[in-house]
Amino acid sequence: MTDTDRELRVSKIRNGTVIDHLTAGQALNVLALLGIDGSGGETVSVGMNVPSDTLATKDIVKVEDRELSQSEVDVLAVISPEATINIIRDYEVIEKQRIERPESVEGVLSCPNRNCITTGDEPIRTRFAVLEEGLRCHYCDEIVRESEITSHLTVT
Amino acid sequence: MRQDHLISATQLSRADIEAVLDRAAEIDADPAAWHGRHSGSILGLCFFEPSTRTRMSFDTAMKRLGGRTTDMGAVESSSVKKGETLADTMRVLEGYADALVLRHPSEGAAAMAAEFVDVPLVNAGDGAGQHPTQTLLDLYTIRENAGLDDITVGIMGDLKYGRTVHSLASALTNFDVRQEFVSPESLRLPRSVRYDLHGSGAQVREHTDLDGVLADLDILYVTRIQRERFPDENEYRKVAGEYRIDAEDLDVAKDSLTVLHPLPRVDEIAPEVDDTRHAKYFEQAHNGVPIRMALLDSLLETDTEGDR
Ligand SMILES: [Zn+2]
Repeated sequence: MTDTDRELRVSKIRNGTVIDHLTAGQALNVLALLGIDGSGGETVSVGMNVPSDTLATKDIVKVEDRELSQSEVDVLAVISPEATINIIRDYEVIEKQRIERPESVEGVLSCPNRNCITTGDEPIRTRFAVLEEGLRCHYCDEIVRESEITSHLTVT
Repeated sequence: MRQDHLISATQLSRADIEAVLDRAAEIDADPAAWHGRHSGSILGLCFFEPSTRTRMSFDTAMKRLGGRTTDMGAVESSSVKKGETLADTMRVLEGYADALVLRHPSEGAAAMAAEFVDVPLVNAGDGAGQHPTQTLLDLYTIRENAGLDDITVGIMGDLKYGRTVHSLASALTNFDVRQEFVSPESLRLPRSVRYDLHGSGAQVREHTDLDGVLADLDILYVTRIQRERFPDENEYRKVAGEYRIDAEDLDVAKDSLTVLHPLPRVDEIAPEVDDTRHAKYFEQAHNGVPIRMALLDSLLETDTEGDR
């Protein structure tokens, strides 16, 4: 039995997405990434520091009736490269996706440089190149290290 | 993006730089031959923050090529003040001119504007970001005085917010240049510039004191430390005083040392240095015109060819 099965048994969701094998400590960042703060009425289960077979501990996020956009998956790949995404329909995992580190992340994160042109009201999407150890704003060149991503970048 | 926008010095190869510098040298040698070369062309000057020198230098360059300029005027009296986006302003202005020059207080402004316009766009300074035409004239002056290979260049002052420094440092990686950066700890090069320098394999060292490196330098590029970067006036005085040079400081320098400064200076270079053989900053400022003529000439030339 895989650990995913075991988790699903704890609190199965009918339709939605299970984001598993998150780097421990990233669950709340993932909720922020998805724009989930509970006010939207979504059914969400969060496991933090759950024992894992592949990682020492991991986080897990299950969201009912919600799938992830490609840009959300891209950011997820940057903040938690080991994460897996399971799409659930009728209690079954219908798709199991291993995420890949993207070359760039568009439209979901805002630049931490307050003087960056993207922080104004211009009709553009933010764009970050994915470096080996961080992200770089396409417009102002600001570099955000991997460890700072969740505290320095805001999800739009 | 068009190949003929000039947004950042990082996009310039050695060949690109040499082409502009060579053309500027031809212009310098026989300015009259270039008069009237672009009569009928209009350059749009879009300055979202004041910069008399850079604006006049582009204006002069275009007029010396026989072209004309159109100036959007002060931001205070324009529709920008009414909340129009930069993207909209630039899309309107591109219809008025054959090429545009943009100075803007936000980093990344030129990179963004370039996505919205089809005429060549030149970045004339974006916040603390880049100032590539200043770099071309810096390189021209360095080449005239010391050559561009096998030299040691010291860059001193505000390396963090100094856009001329960011552009110069990255352009110098195209040449065999040792770069010695001298600044207070709080004004070191930003991470993105250090990342690029490291990535290019440049020979770079950082210092908080000029003393140890001055004697080795062929070029000393001094920039102003801005008072507004410091919350406390005393803190500013303490730091600024240490990054100031006078004629006596230069006693230990090579005879051939060239001192440059993008200007305006406040008191980081004592006036007595002006009378030494080292001072080349006014010559450097004058080089802005032939360099911008050379650049505009190549942008307008490419543009015409593209239309045919
Ligand atoms: Zn930015």
